[in-house]
Amino acid sequence: LRLIYTTTAVQRKNVGASGPEKYTEAFIKKQIEEFNLGKRHLANMMGEDPETFTQEDIDKAIAYLFPSGLFDKQARPMMKHPTEIFPEQRKIQWGEDGRPLHFLFYTGKQAYYSLMHETYEKLLNVQKYQDELTAQDLPPKKEKKNLAGSRWLTKIELEEMLLEKLSDDDYSRFVQLLEKLMTFPCGDIEEKYIQKFSKAVPVQLQKVVIEPLKYDEQGVAFSTGEGTRKTARATAVVYDNGTGKITVNGIDILHYFPVLQDREQLLFPFQFLGRVGKHDMVCTVSGGGRSTQAGAIRLASAKALRSFVTEKEVEFMRQAGLLTLDPRVKERKKPGQEGARRKFTWKKR
Amino acid sequence: MAVPRLLRAGGWVVPSRVRPGPARPSDPRVSLPAAAPRLYSTVPAPAAAVRPRAEDEKLLSEPLSHPDFFNVKELFSLKDLFDARVHLGHKKGCRHRFMEPYIFGCRLDQDIIDLDQTMQHLQLALNFTAHIAYRKGIILFVSRKRQFCHLVESTARDCGEYAHTRYWQGGLLTNAHIQFGSGIRLPDLLIFLSSLNNVFEPHVAIRDAAKMNIPTVGVVDTNCNPCLITYPIPGNDDSPTAMELYCKLFRMTIIRAKDKRRQTEVFNELRRKAEGN
Repeated sequence: LRLIYTTTAVQRKNVGASGPEKYTEAFIKKQIEEFNLGKRHLANMMGEDPETFTQEDIDKAIAYLFPSGLFDKQARPMMKHPTEIFPEQRKIQWGEDGRPLHFLFYTGKQAYYSLMHETYEKLLNVQKYQDELTAQDLPPKKEKKNLAGSRWLTKIELEEMLLEKLSDDDYSRFVQLLEKLMTFPCGDIEEKYIQKFSKAVPVQLQKVVIEPLKYDEQGVAFSTGEGTRKTARATAVVYDNGTGKITVNGIDILHYFPVLQDREQLLFPFQFLGRVGKHDMVCTVSGGGRSTQAGAIRLASAKALRSFVTEKEVEFMRQAGLLTLDPRVKERKKPGQEGARRKFTWKKR
Repeated sequence: MAVPRLLRAGGWVVPSRVRPGPARPSDPRVSLPAAAPRLYSTVPAPAAAVRPRAEDEKLLSEPLSHPDFFNVKELFSLKDLFDARVHLGHKKGCRHRFMEPYIFGCRLDQDIIDLDQTMQHLQLALNFTAHIAYRKGIILFVSRKRQFCHLVESTARDCGEYAHTRYWQGGLLTNAHIQFGSGIRLPDLLIFLSSLNNVFEPHVAIRDAAKMNIPTVGVVDTNCNPCLITYPIPGNDDSPTAMELYCKLFRMTIIRAKDKRRQTEVFNELRRKAEGN
């Protein structure tokens, strides 16, 4: 154990300096100068023109000069502009005479509380506008806001925007205030302000489009469907006004699927809809094994049959599991085990 | 009726340790005799500056010789207070023992505050605020009433001063150098537009300001404790009209005092230039 001799002044300074390092403006400026100088040196080294040396060129040069096999991109050597490396921090909060620059400085969370103050002011404005409209007997404007297409900023995004730590309660209070602002019918005036805190969300649910029936030369209606199961890929073309003949890869099903179970799988969609003898089917299938191919064709034919059938029956098919892709695949073998789940024989001694 | 806790407002000497003023005399012309800067820093306060200028000393000492240098009396009248319902207190059961001297009477169980006393207290408080603002002190408006939070913050912003109407973190004044960083300057005056917090207890800032030797001005209602507040103003803190009146008065005094200071400085500057020529 080494005795460390410190004075009270140094001890106090250490207490104050604990926490994230504060990057002063001078430090950042020096880093920017060094970066620019290093960029020119790098350009010279690579034989390029220092004036037109872009960030992409820098990245390529560094990857060439310092090849690294590390998986994490963030762990590899990088040379970027200091503003991207050193996180943005708030500068000193008070002026020459000691007076703070922001009027809510003494609350501790000046950015967050000033945001709440502004938002509340917008709310009051909207209420006043609404009162004026009602006083003049004008009906309040009714516009539909797309509720599904946007979301509020997350807590982390808001923290980045304000450069301040927030608690969960703070964040939820802010979101409640925004929601309240949205409930007013005259929110149009504050549209721009609200847009700063909302993000568009890509529509996730895409309604499955059932393709309409196609007609071939004889005027017979037909429809195509695709299906997969494990490694088998199948396409099926279902024709109307048929006799129940099914052909797989040019071979009749009795010959292609000798086992009854596979043929039952193929016929299940038709039997479910009660159209056993009414449709003809021509399929192609590759990959997988015997029952896998049967399952793939079943899915393909069910998808094709959707075009012949009402929406209600499509829903019945979906609930019966005819339209669901079977996600089960072969589980990988793990090291230290015999198979995927089977362990090696345990010997007591 | 003799107002016991009032300091005589006319040629009174401010004890040097409570003297408000700019914490760091960055202006070398002005020297303040032994003003204890309310600073937290490892850097010692700079030594007393160069030779004092007579007119700059006069700038700071002249307002102290008048009882009402900024003429705050004209900003309000008894009728204004009455119209703004400042005299209405809480019910008899909520009465605080120490507020009894300020209560005029009780009508149908509701306490009525004596507006004559309120006038005197208000005049003293506004005068004090004006002096602090004249000497470029930091003023912090504190209120924990949710209905008037926006109003108080807007008033503070309009004056160019500061506000705190949110949750008060424990060590804000007493632990400032850890919470904010070293070199911070604390407020020189705290104005309480409502001295209770949301749980109907005295606001923590009253006690903390007393600990840190920061003078306070506060509107005390009939259920509040006026003890630790330097310049209490007995009056209603629940009606919107009363709060708007207080905000208006404080705003006008602070702006008036700051304008006066700016005018005097500009005047001195011009006179110095004229003398120089």
